[in-house]
Amino acid sequence: MNKTVLNKPEISRSLTRIAHEILERNKGSKEVALIGIQAGGVFMAHRLGNIIKKLDPFPVPLGELDITLYRDDLGSRKESPVIRKTLIPFDLTGLRVVLVDDVLFTGRTIRAAMDGLVDLGRPQQIQLAVLIDRGHRELPISADFVGKNLPTALCEKVEVQWEERGEEDRVLITG
Amino acid sequence: MGWMKKDLLALSDLTKEEIEFILKTADSFKEVLGRDIKKVPSLRGKTVVNLFFEPSTRTRTSFELAAKRLSADVVNITTTASSITKGESLLDMARNIEALQANIIIVRHPSSGVPYLLSRALKQSSVLNAGDGKHEHPSQGLLDLFTIIEKKGSISGLKVVIVGDIQHSRVARSDIHGLSKMGADIHVVGPPTMIPSFVTQWKVKIHYNLDKAISGADVIILLRLQMERQTKGTIPHRLTSQSRPVSQPSIIAHVGGGFFPTTREYSRLYGLNGERLAQANKDALVMHPGPINRGVEITSDVADGLSSVILDQVTNGIAVRMALLYLLSGQTNG
Amino acid sequence: MAEKIILRGGRIIDPSEKIDRVGDLLIKDGKVEAIESHLDVKGREIDVRGQIISPGWIDLHTHLREPGFEYKETVATGTAAAAQGGFTTICCMPNTNPVNDNSSVTGLILEKARKGRVSVLPVGAITNGLQGEELAEIGELVEAGCVAISDDGESVMNSLIMRRALEYTKIFDIPVIDHCEEMNLTGDGVMYEGEVSTMLGLNGIPAASESIMVARDIALAELTGGHIHLAHISTEASVRLIRDAKKRGVRVTAETCPHYFILTHEALAEYNANAKMKPPLATSTDREAIRAGLADGTIDAISTDHAPHADWEKNQEIDCAPFGIIGLETALPLALSLVEDGVLTLTDMIRKLTEGPATILKKPIGRLRVGDQADITIIDPSYTWTVSKETFLSKSKNSPFIGWKMKGRATAIIVAGNLIQNK
Repeated sequence: MNKTVLNKPEISRSLTRIAHEILERNKGSKEVALIGIQAGGVFMAHRLGNIIKKLDPFPVPLGELDITLYRDDLGSRKESPVIRKTLIPFDLTGLRVVLVDDVLFTGRTIRAAMDGLVDLGRPQQIQLAVLIDRGHRELPISADFVGKNLPTALCEKVEVQWEERGEEDRVLITG
Repeated sequence: MGWMKKDLLALSDLTKEEIEFILKTADSFKEVLGRDIKKVPSLRGKTVVNLFFEPSTRTRTSFELAAKRLSADVVNITTTASSITKGESLLDMARNIEALQANIIIVRHPSSGVPYLLSRALKQSSVLNAGDGKHEHPSQGLLDLFTIIEKKGSISGLKVVIVGDIQHSRVARSDIHGLSKMGADIHVVGPPTMIPSFVTQWKVKIHYNLDKAISGADVIILLRLQMERQTKGTIPHRLTSQSRPVSQPSIIAHVGGGFFPTTREYSRLYGLNGERLAQANKDALVMHPGPINRGVEITSDVADGLSSVILDQVTNGIAVRMALLYLLSGQTNG
Repeated sequence: MAEKIILRGGRIIDPSEKIDRVGDLLIKDGKVEAIESHLDVKGREIDVRGQIISPGWIDLHTHLREPGFEYKETVATGTAAAAQGGFTTICCMPNTNPVNDNSSVTGLILEKARKGRVSVLPVGAITNGLQGEELAEIGELVEAGCVAISDDGESVMNSLIMRRALEYTKIFDIPVIDHCEEMNLTGDGVMYEGEVSTMLGLNGIPAASESIMVARDIALAELTGGHIHLAHISTEASVRLIRDAKKRGVRVTAETCPHYFILTHEALAEYNANAKMKPPLATSTDREAIRAGLADGTIDAISTDHAPHADWEKNQEIDCAPFGIIGLETALPLALSLVEDGVLTLTDMIRKLTEGPATILKKPIGRLRVGDQADITIIDPSYTWTVSKETFLSKSKNSPFIGWKMKGRATAIIVAGNLIQNK
C-alpha cells in the first residue's frame, strides 16, 4: 500500500525554502559547505547547491559522504553493505558544514556521519538539513532545516525517489 | 550480491563477481588511506590474529596496519613450531586461539592446505590465507589485480607475462587464477625446470624464452627468485612408514639445487632490463610481489623507473587487506 | 569342530576347482566334507539362499601395527576388521616396531593371532630393520612362520640387495614382495604429480617413481629366476611392463588395491588426508589401465594394503599426515563393483581374492576342495549399507570411503570350521 505524501512541485518548493533558510541562518554562503550523505542526501545536496548558487554568488563547496564504515551494525546484517563513494575535495576545518540527508529517522545515520566528518577535519559548526523528518529518534539529534515533518508508524517505510536515479521525484510511505 | 563467505582461502574458490566486489570495496578503503586520519571504526572491538608459521615482515606488517586502520585489536604470533616439531599440534593451537575469541585468524604456513584444515576445524573464527605453501596467496593476487585495474582501467584482454619460478610460487598461482577469471591473456616464462606442464589446465601459454614472450606485454609480473633457502633436505624415508609423521616440507635451493645453474645465468636469461622492457608495450606495467633481488630478476633502472608500480602494490596491499578484513568480519557473530 | 555345519542353497563359486552352482556345502571337523546340489544331512543349518559361498578370502597385504603402534591397530582389532570385511586369511607386513626381521617378533604376532578369529600369515622383512642394507635371517623367519618377505613401507633401493633376496629365497620358494618406489624421485612428494598437485601446490610423486622400480624388479626376476611379487600396482606404465614381462614368461606376479581401481588423484581436492597413501592415487587413465590389467590377468590379485592411522595423525598439515588408508572393511563391495561394471565376471573377481593370492603364496588355501580346512566367505551381493566411522571394527577410521553407499557385504565367514557372523 503506497501513499504519495510529497510530489514533485512540493519537493521543489521545500528545497527552495531550505536553501533560503540556510543562507539566512548562516548570513550568506561565505563559510557554508554542503555535504550530502549517500545516497539520497547526495542528490539533495547537489540540488540545494544549484539553488543556492542562483541566490548567492559566493561558491559553496560540495562533498559526498558514505557512512557505511561508521555504522554500528556491521556483523548483524546478513551480507556486507556496499560502500559508496566518499568525496570531499576541500578542507572542512573552519567551515559551517550542512549535512544533508533525505530522511531523518532514528538519528544513527547522522551520528555515524558526524563521526566520519570529525575524522576528516574540524568544522566550525555542523548543521543538519533533511527533506523529511519522520520521528522515532533513538539518539538526541534534531534537524536545523526540515522540508516536512511526517509522523509515521515504526512499521511503515518512507522512500524518497529522485529523478537523478531514473525515478520521478516523490516521497512515498509504504506498508 | 556482496560477500557471503566465512573465510578467504583461495582465489580459485571465488567467482569473478566476488573478486570485483572485493576490489570495489578496496577502492573505498584506498580513499580512507588518503585522509589525514587514516582510521575508521568499522572493526572496533574485534580481534585479528596474525598466525605466521613462516617469517614474514612485509605481509604481516601490511595485515597489521590494515587491521589497525579499521580500529581492530591485533595480536601477532610468529612461530616455527607446528605439528612437526612436536608439542602442540596445529589444530590444537588454532582452537586455543579461537577460544581467545579471535574474530579473524590470518594464517601463513609452509604447508599447502593448512587454511582449509583450519577452516574445517574452526567454527567461530574466520580464516584468511596469507600464503600456504606453494598453493595460494590470495591477498597478493587481489592487490595485483587492483593495481592493474587502477593503472589500466580493466584487465580483460591484457597480455600479462609472469616471469620466474612458477613451480614454487603461490603468488603466481593466485595471480593466474585471478587474472584468468578477469579475462587476461596469460603467459608464463621461466626455465623448464620451474614451469610445471600442468599449468596449461588454466589456459596459460608457456614460454622458455623471455625475449620472445615479452613482446607486446601490457603487464609484466616478476617472481622472486628464492635464493636464501637452504639446499634441499632429503627426508630420511625411514621415517615415512608410520612412526612420527613426516618431517617438514622441503626447503628448496634454486641455485645449484638442480633447477638452474647460477643466478648469473638466471638473470642473463630471465632478468628484466631496459632493453627487454622496450620490447613490451609502451605503457607496460612492471610488477613484483617483493622483496626484489636487484640485479637478479630486475635491474635497478627498471625497478626505479617509470614503468614500475611496485610501490603502488604495497600501498594498494593495505587497502585490499582492509577490504578483506572488513568483509570477513561482517560474517562473524557480534 | 566335531559340529556339522550345512550351508544351504547358496551359489557356490570356486574358481580354483571350477565350481559355479547353487547347492549345499557340508563342513565337518573343521574341514570341507561335501559339496552337492542337495545334501540330505542334519547339523547346524545356515540358510544362505541368495548368497554366494566363496572360498575364504585372502588379503596378501595388511598392516596390523602390532608390535609398536598399538594405538593405530592391534592384531585383535585388525583381525576383527578382517573378519567383518570377509577375509579368512591375512598376511601382515613387517614394518612394526620392532620390525619383523627376527623370529621373536614373528612369534609374538602369531601368538596374538591365536586369540583372533582369522588366520594370520606373517610376512618377514627382506633386510634388517627395513634399512635396505643387509639381508635379514630369512631362513629363521620362514621357520618361524613367515610366508613371504618384503620391506614394505620402505622401498628396496639397492638393486644388489633385491637381487640377493630373489636368489636367496629360491631355497624356500617364497615370494619377495616389493613396494616399488624410486625414493629419490619421490622426494617429499605427497600425492601424484599432475594437474591436481599443481593446483593444490603440493609436491608430486611422478608415475615414473613406481614404474622404474617395476622395470628393475622384472629385470632382476629375469636375471635370478626368483619369484617377485609386485605390491599395490597403481599406474598404467606399470601394468604395461608387467603384461609384457608375463608374455615373455618372466616369473612375476602383481596385486592392486581397491582404491586404485575406484579413485583418482581428484580425491585429494580440499587436501583430504584420508586419500593420501603410497603409491598415490593416480589419473583416470591409470585407473582404467588397472581395471584392464585385472580383466586380462596381468594383475593376479586384489589386496587391501590396510594401513591404519589415528585421527589426530591424519588431521594435520597434509605434508605431515602419514601415508595410508584402511581397507579391510570396504574391499568387498568395491571388488563387487567391478562385476557390476562388467570389468570382471563374478568368478574372476573371486579368483583375485582366493586362487590368485593362494597361488602366489603357494599354499593350499583359497579353494573349496573336499578334505581341505573349511575357510569360507559368505557374501550377500545385494546388501546395501553406508560406510561410517561407526561401522568400522578397525581401531582407526582413516578411509576415503566414509559416507559412501556400498552394495555387498560378507554376512559371515568360516575359519577352520568356526562360524563368525557379522552384524
